[in-house]
Amino acid sequence: MTAIRVRINGSEVADDLPPRLSLADFLRERRNLTGTHLGCEHGVCGACTVLVDGEPARSCLTLAVACDERAVETIEGFGGDPIIAALRQTFHQNHALQCGFCTPAMLITARDLILRQRAGSEREIRDGLAGNICRCTGYTNIVIAIAEAAKEIGKEAPNAQ
Amino acid sequence: MKAPPVDYIRPRSLTEALDLLANAGAEGRVIAGGQSLVAMMNLRLASPGLLIDIARLPELLTVVDHADAVTLGACVTHAAIEDGRVADPSHGLMPRVAATLAYRAIRTRGTIGGSLALSDPAAEWPVVLAALDAEVILYGSSGWRSLKCSEFTTGIFQTKLAENEIIESARIPKLSADARCGYVKLCRKSGEFANALAVVVTDPRRGYSRVVSGAANGAPLVLADTSRLVAAGPRDPDALRGTIGSDLDHASDRHFDEFERNLHTVAATRAVQQVLV
Repeated sequence: MTAIRVRINGSEVADDLPPRLSLADFLRERRNLTGTHLGCEHGVCGACTVLVDGEPARSCLTLAVACDERAVETIEGFGGDPIIAALRQTFHQNHALQCGFCTPAMLITARDLILRQRAGSEREIRDGLAGNICRCTGYTNIVIAIAEAAKEIGKEAPNAQ
Repeated sequence: MKAPPVDYIRPRSLTEALDLLANAGAEGRVIAGGQSLVAMMNLRLASPGLLIDIARLPELLTVVDHADAVTLGACVTHAAIEDGRVADPSHGLMPRVAATLAYRAIRTRGTIGGSLALSDPAAEWPVVLAALDAEVILYGSSGWRSLKCSEFTTGIFQTKLAENEIIESARIPKLSADARCGYVKLCRKSGEFANALAVVVTDPRRGYSRVVSGAANGAPLVLADTSRLVAAGPRDPDALRGTIGSDLDHASDRHFDEFERNLHTVAATRAVQQVLV
């Protein structure tokens, strides 16, 4: 067992973990944060994407013990985030989800694309979403929803970084 | 699936990491970003007894901007290279490559040293660093040694990294102002492993030209005659394709089938065309 201290959605958490435990299983099973989903568990489907120190990461390919002294953000932690709020709205309006399994990670990935200004064209958005698999929608409405949210955010803060 | 049971330790220095590796014997495995290793553990293709986490070692995160080269610590991430957060010796080639390497959520954790250490035949960095004539600096019990990246990778997942050695950094020569680079990655989906890779670097002021094929059924494959042709500035597209084809045919140990040979020819041709002024 390895002791870690990690900040999850703004709260300090201390725990003693078997090193083999993935960040995803730590979040889901020990913290009850089940918005992080596990699809393939080898880094291909993207459903488990969370933020580690503000950057998107695969929580299935990240050992929980390697997150000692790090800050982790899951979909449950974006309540007050304006970009996620805009994305929620445009996903809703455009029917950009069906079963919802990929949606939390789609939102986190889309937020990162908007923040890094990589959501300026359909091509860019599709490239940026290549690591997130959706088996329901055919992506079209997801791409439209992200483009709309990016435009809206851009209007509010033209110099957004 | 889930990773098998394993022990984990995060050493405070490179020397401590090396001691741990030596003491652990065959059970010890260095982990940096873990973007291949943890996947392999989840698939039960790897089951090390002890993971030695080097991702935060300051020695391995160091970037030095020399007069004629840039040294990137082994644990510099693909995302740091993509974003230009570290010095770029390659006039944009390395950031351009990094942006095509897997997905952003992989690039934020995966490292250049990890890519070299694993030397997946379809990985980008072994090919790019060979094309840039970079060296890999290795740290072991008898001190440091350096090897040309073009010699470091010897085959599919095979390198000259010794059992008790850790990759410390890559030293990449700076290109001259008028150097040009070409890069083509052929794959069906953005971010996938390549079906064919081609990297071209031509730096007339240093008298240097090199064309390297990747995902080529083995170590990065230097196309020797094509490299010389690029230095001369080829004008005839048929001659260029012919030279690339004959370079590929010389590498008979790669056993390219007709489809693969065509794919590598197309990748290399397009990459060379990017450097022709």
